[in-house]
Amino acid sequence: MRYITPLKAAQGLGSAHSGTSHHWAMTVSACALVLLTPAFLLVIGKAIGLPREALMMYFGRPYPGIITALFVIVGMVHFIKGTRIMIDDYFNHTARKVAIIVSVIFGWAVIAAAIFALAKMAFTTIAI
Amino acid sequence: MADVNRGNRPLSPHLQVYRLPIAAWTSILTRITGHALVAGIVLIVWWLVAAVSGPGAFAVADWVVRSWIGFIVLAGSAWALWYHTLAGIRHLFYDAGIGLGIEEARKSSWAIIAGSVALTLLSLILFFIG
Repeated sequence: MRYITPLKAAQGLGSAHSGTSHHWAMTVSACALVLLTPAFLLVIGKAIGLPREALMMYFGRPYPGIITALFVIVGMVHFIKGTRIMIDDYFNHTARKVAIIVSVIFGWAVIAAAIFALAKMAFTTIAI
Repeated sequence: MADVNRGNRPLSPHLQVYRLPIAAWTSILTRITGHALVAGIVLIVWWLVAAVSGPGAFAVADWVVRSWIGFIVLAGSAWALWYHTLAGIRHLFYDAGIGLGIEEARKSSWAIIAGSVALTLLSLILFFIG
């Protein structure tokens, strides 16, 4: 007989020694992306084809800027955690560590690039 | 032979001789579309960064985005995004224990395929008329 509750047995365990936190993070970001995906597609659909100045004005506005920033941030965090599942399935030892590091660096580089571009568009097109 | 029950045991399905059910294909395709979406987001983010870099950089990126290569990448990404979204929603239901039966999974698989194609066509129509 085990004098331990099921919750206590599950906490902090699993192959990653972190319980279900990875799965829960994917669930939360997935729900956010269900809302963000249609909004982002509409935003990007209106942006493609604009000349440069109009494009910068467009993403400098709050709605297109915020939706795009949220989509890239939440999307790439979901991507980093999603590739982690694939990496854990197909890579071992050093290759696994290298793949995880590359995935995390790449994901945050894409986020930084998008945020920089959106911030610069917002600040250079402020109508005073 | 000691084992008289030789022909009656369950066998592990070997991938090379096992015809995958539609639910297996749609599950595998969820992972493939999720990873392939990196092409679309990199193209879009490169295009945004090029816009703030200067007119020359933007001319190159905008030409790629509006070329037939850009169209293939972005239209493909739109389908991958809708497919991954619908399959992801199904995964949330799977997590809640809903739709795990063989027949239900078969039906939801075809719904995801049809739904993703329909939503992609709708997106492209909205893009070209809007």
